[in-house]
Amino acid sequence: MLHGIRSIFDHQFEDVRSELQGMSLLVDTAIDRSMQALAERNTSLADSVINGDTEINKARFKIEEDCLTLIATQQPTASDLREIIAILYMIVEMERMGDYASGISKTVILMEEEPLLKTFKKIFKMAEISRQMLADSIQAFIKRDPIWAREIAKRDMEIDELYKIVFQRLIKIMAKEQDMVTRCTYLMWCSHNLERMADRVINISEQIVFMTTGTLEEFE
Amino acid sequence: MNDIVYNLSNMEISEPIFKIMNLDFYYGPTIALQQISMDISPYLITALIGPSGCGKSTFLRCLNRMNDTIPGTHVEGQILLKGMDIYSQDIDLANLRQKVGMVFQKPNPFPQSVFDNVAFGPRVVGFNRNKSDLEIIVEQSLRQAALWDEVKDHLNENALSFSLGEQQRLCIARLLAVQPEVILMDEPASALDPIATLRIEELMVELKKNYTIIVVTHNMQQAARVSDHTGFFWLGKLVEFSPTAKLFTRPEQQLSEDYITGNMG
Repeated sequence: MLHGIRSIFDHQFEDVRSELQGMSLLVDTAIDRSMQALAERNTSLADSVINGDTEINKARFKIEEDCLTLIATQQPTASDLREIIAILYMIVEMERMGDYASGISKTVILMEEEPLLKTFKKIFKMAEISRQMLADSIQAFIKRDPIWAREIAKRDMEIDELYKIVFQRLIKIMAKEQDMVTRCTYLMWCSHNLERMADRVINISEQIVFMTTGTLEEFE
Repeated sequence: MNDIVYNLSNMEISEPIFKIMNLDFYYGPTIALQQISMDISPYLITALIGPSGCGKSTFLRCLNRMNDTIPGTHVEGQILLKGMDIYSQDIDLANLRQKVGMVFQKPNPFPQSVFDNVAFGPRVVGFNRNKSDLEIIVEQSLRQAALWDEVKDHLNENALSFSLGEQQRLCIARLLAVQPEVILMDEPASALDPIATLRIEELMVELKKNYTIIVVTHNMQQAARVSDHTGFFWLGKLVEFSPTAKLFTRPEQQLSEDYITGNMG
């Protein structure tokens, strides 16, 4: 929301919003590259995702600092204050998503030359949905659209379904073939991380609803 | 009291426009400012905050020697304006006050037309060669003061017929007409309503593109909103001087923290 005669505030706030979008792109890239590293068994790509996590952390701290300065110097109230609070929560959720991408990359390194499993496709589908949910949530934030935010959160059900299928299949494989246990465990971690990513986007959606309507609620 | 905390050293600061060194100021035998040292950066807004009677306005008036008009005052230390000691005998006071202009708490336009208010300074200084020069100067100054649109069709009306906010911007236009380098503002918005106050603040941010601004304010929130650097005065001493964002998020001195958070009895 522009304030007309409070142009300093508007510019500073706009900068923070841009930084938030920038951070979301870093996280999206991390997820994409971690999945690519998993598909290709590319340990050097996996390393770069792990090292790149520091950039995501830096982005979070920068936005936090800028929000702190905005609160201290511009005394935001009402919807502006809610938006800054929402941003402070959102960056924590995104930073954790970056950690999950890092975690997936760590499993790539642990798995080394282990062959692929059939359940891989579904894990990739989970990643694709999580990335889309994150991108959509940032757009819903920009457009200040609580209805869209609620719709995005519902896609978590798709992720949960896929996770259940992957989990059950991996359990079956481990029950039949003992030498696959380690590999399956790593893949379980990957799918768990992706499932948690979607949960983080639900939290982001809750913040968008709070920001726009003032209502604090937890989505089921 | 601890030595002042001076947090600007690790910032990128261009050559200061004002360099104040160990300034002491006396009203007769009473010391009002003690060992004030600070560098004022050009083309930024520096705010001076502190409780009533802490010396911030006295300090402001030192910067263009307005305190000279008060009998019995005495200054020690140095104030350099672009390297020149403003208290040296070579200084032309009128020229100093042209270069370092002042806006006061209560708007004080002359009881004359809008046009004559703004044209007064250029006429005295001799900027105008002809009527059209003067008209150009008046229009430019009123535009810079974000007042032109409101007064352009009323230039011959008496300045006192306008609102306080407009009168204050007229005083700023009057000051701008003589091409200052520094604008001193002593609580420029305290007599104004909230919207007029915000307009003055926006104007300050616009003006700093071309001028250095030093503003005294008892309104901490205003200092936080508009300024780049803030100096906190207490009982005649400069307690802390740092980037505004830093002072209002992580003040280094407990006294600064107490004042800013309102934890003072």
